[in-house]
Amino acid sequence: MNSDSNPVLTLAWTFGVMSLFAVGGANSAIPEMHRVAVDVNHWLSDKQFADVYAIAQLSPGPNVLIVTLIGYSVAGLVGALVATVAMCVPTAVLALIVSRFLTRASQARWPGIIQAALVPLSIGLMGASGFILARTSDRTVVAVLVTSGAAVLASVTKLNPLWMLVAGGCLGFAGLIG
Amino acid sequence: MPPDSSSAAVAAPDISTSPPSLITLFVAFAKMSLAGFGGVLVWARRGIVDQHKWMTADEFNETFALCHFLPGPNIVNLTFVFGSRLRGLPGAVAAFTGLLGPPALIMVVMGALYSRYGDIDALRRILSGVACAAIGLMLAVVFRMMTPLLKRRDVTALLVMAVVFIAIGITRLPLPLVLIVAIPISIAITYWMRRQAA
Repeated sequence: MNSDSNPVLTLAWTFGVMSLFAVGGANSAIPEMHRVAVDVNHWLSDKQFADVYAIAQLSPGPNVLIVTLIGYSVAGLVGALVATVAMCVPTAVLALIVSRFLTRASQARWPGIIQAALVPLSIGLMGASGFILARTSDRTVVAVLVTSGAAVLASVTKLNPLWMLVAGGCLGFAGLIG
Repeated sequence: MPPDSSSAAVAAPDISTSPPSLITLFVAFAKMSLAGFGGVLVWARRGIVDQHKWMTADEFNETFALCHFLPGPNIVNLTFVFGSRLRGLPGAVAAFTGLLGPPALIMVVMGALYSRYGDIDALRRILSGVACAAIGLMLAVVFRMMTPLLKRRDVTALLVMAVVFIAIGITRLPLPLVLIVAIPISIAITYWMRRQAA
């Protein structure tokens, strides 16, 4: 990898390419972000990555903005801007081109097939995201209980997810997470 | 507050004659984005379909399906495509910057606070707790997306899912490599299964 060169260029290249492989959205790309930011480039530690993920979840806006935080921690404001643009602009332009093409080609059944084929892939990727993050964060019994409690509550109730994040934060502040 | 937001809700959703101004687009998407904790999709649907009536529910679903099968952050793709439908490329840029600009600024402020105060013990504890809950939320999404596959007893899809999970989550192979292998296989299987079913 070209981690010796300008980190801003590395950010642009890394996230530009990653966005094109992010099938199923930003959360599917979390393992790849973790691999690139922690294992390959050593931009963040395991713990910092988990913190960055938590901050991104606590903040409003699309989930993809975790790349803004990663970019900021690598190269400040410029890094934040470059990472965000690299992750968002190429695929948005691609989406625009494809949508114009598809509205012209009216009888299209391939999108349906491709979409159905991508569903198991994106579930597998998101499951891997959860697994990788949990391996770092869920080191105590209470931590595992918080994760599983939030998972169950979010699956069976319509409770606003923000409350679960707040509850997790309170338990953490009380020193129960470890 | 744009004065046309209430009248637009009353008037017929005929956007072809009077598309919203670029500023209206920017503000509308900034609002949806800033309301969206843990995902913007719900708010985007409310804003675009219910509040502004810029799209019907079906149009929204179709556009979202398109953006979901393309790579990249879905809601960002949707915003860009939607903005261009209303006002061409300038509309796309206005909606896009509305969606991403304000929350990205917040993110930068959070990043600055974290780099300065991230070592404070209380903050570290809080963030660990938040992270645990956030991971639970992600697992809930995984579970909800798996439910239809489980109900259909779609063994092949579940198998593809498990292989991708192991390749990425456990053996930590690079994403491009895994997808270059998995996407053609999954498409071939899906195509074949549909032909068998037909």
